Amino acid sequence: MGEQIPHVDYLILGDEPHLAAHACTRCGARYFDRRNACAACSGTEFTSVDVSPVGEVRAFTIVSMAAPGIPVPFVAAVVDCDGTSVRGNLINVEPDPEHVATGMKVRLATYSLGLDEAGTEAVGFGFEPLS
Amino acid sequence: MASDDIWILGITMTKFGKHPDKDTIDLASQAVMGALADGEVTMGDMGVMAAGSLMGGLGVGQAVQKQVGQTGIPVYNVTNACATGATALRTVVMSIKAGEADMGLAVGVEKLAGAGLLAGGSRTADGGTWSPSGRYGAVAAVDGRIGTETMPGVFAQIGLEYGHRYGGTSFELFARISEKNHAHSTLNPFAAYQKAMTLEQIMGDVMIAYPNTRPMCSANCDGAAAAVLVSGAKLKTLSPTQQRRAVKVAASVLTTDPFEEACQILPNVNTLTRNAARTAYEQAGVGPEDLDLVELHDCFATAELVHYDNLMLCEEGGAADFFNSGAPWRHGSMPVNVSGGLQSKGHPIAATGIANVWEVATHLRGEAGDRQIPDAKVGLAHVIGLGSACGVHILERSAA
Repeated sequence: MGEQIPHVDYLILGDEPHLAAHACTRCGARYFDRRNACAACSGTEFTSVDVSPVGEVRAFTIVSMAAPGIPVPFVAAVVDCDGTSVRGNLINVEPDPEHVATGMKVRLATYSLGLDEAGTEAVGFGFEPLS
Repeated sequence: MASDDIWILGITMTKFGKHPDKDTIDLASQAVMGALADGEVTMGDMGVMAAGSLMGGLGVGQAVQKQVGQTGIPVYNVTNACATGATALRTVVMSIKAGEADMGLAVGVEKLAGAGLLAGGSRTADGGTWSPSGRYGAVAAVDGRIGTETMPGVFAQIGLEYGHRYGGTSFELFARISEKNHAHSTLNPFAAYQKAMTLEQIMGDVMIAYPNTRPMCSANCDGAAAAVLVSGAKLKTLSPTQQRRAVKVAASVLTTDPFEEACQILPNVNTLTRNAARTAYEQAGVGPEDLDLVELHDCFATAELVHYDNLMLCEEGGAADFFNSGAPWRHGSMPVNVSGGLQSKGHPIAATGIANVWEVATHLRGEAGDRQIPDAKVGLAHVIGLGSACGVHILERSAA
């Protein structure tokens, strides 16, 4: 089996895949992107914190028109992971309003984005229904 | 009229829609010449100019001057996403307030007919070997794989988040908001689309991003709008007709989004709008109950709902009840988007923040024809550009 690489650097692969956020050491604000400073308090020191892999859907949409190469329809959502908001797609669920709702409980799941020319597999994440 | 007040002396918008025979500069020039004629002034009277266009290339302001009048005045070319027009207007307001000019010109223009879906960030090319890049160290594009950056999808989530928090929303409710705006547009000869649509037509149309179907999204189109602003002191020296038709800028406010949890996950369009509205009501010395009409940024049906609340047209959390009461229909207690809004009047991005001011000003002047809101005295115009920037202007009818 070849090597794996995460879709984004804040997805931590391994036995228990999860997301890691940059938390401001002064005010605790959390971010997923590379930081220059904290947007809440302008602090410049951050520590890595693990984000809960389970959460609740706070907002969603079912996208039918998207960029070329993105299969549609898909469900885009904001998931409240124990106080940390996360952007991600809902996966392993029918993408229709009968099967998706705000308030539904979900957990992080990974899937393959495919292999590159060197045989490395990129692994992405989404959220799937908890039950 | 107090000497330090700011007034709209002349204002105009082109018809929104398809203008295949006109380029960006033609449209902007048409709006500028229309605003000057409306105010009975010339380029020679202008002391400052601000111009906005997202897609029109660099130096739109100077390019327009080269068509309609090169007088050597300073030009500020501004962009602020969908708040670009409001930003141009406010730039001229600030310049007059600062005493650097007593009259100035703001113009916003866009050629957008036939443009497709507007998405957010850039995309990484797939293929080759996976190599991390960008601020997320991403090996492939994130848009569509980690949520959506498309505008219909972002604003769909904003509407459903409101529904999750307060309840009372549904696909049908959002579609009914769109039904209202399409109905309003039938009275507006400047609108890109003037067709009433039934609820069934709206809900049965092409789904873009649930719950926003195509007619629930702002219409890409061409258009321009321009305004001439004047100081109160200068206005006193002008003719009785100019003074009578002048419209007071009772408040001019621009805000950005303050940090809150989740605001970098899903744009928070609520707090900065609420902040802008609160400041504008204070500046103008009026409250929401004093407004005779509101033009708000209904870039999607899901957006209009949350802005009822953000502009404090209803109780906090009460936007669905407010809509269901009939209030925002043109014969209701708080007419909203009697122009047809962005969904049917159209949304040539940089023109929008001046065109909505034109709509309100035209009612305050009593010149809105078939769609006139009777005896309108005070109105509010709101835009929001993702990123984010929010512009709110409150206008008052001249007492003269």
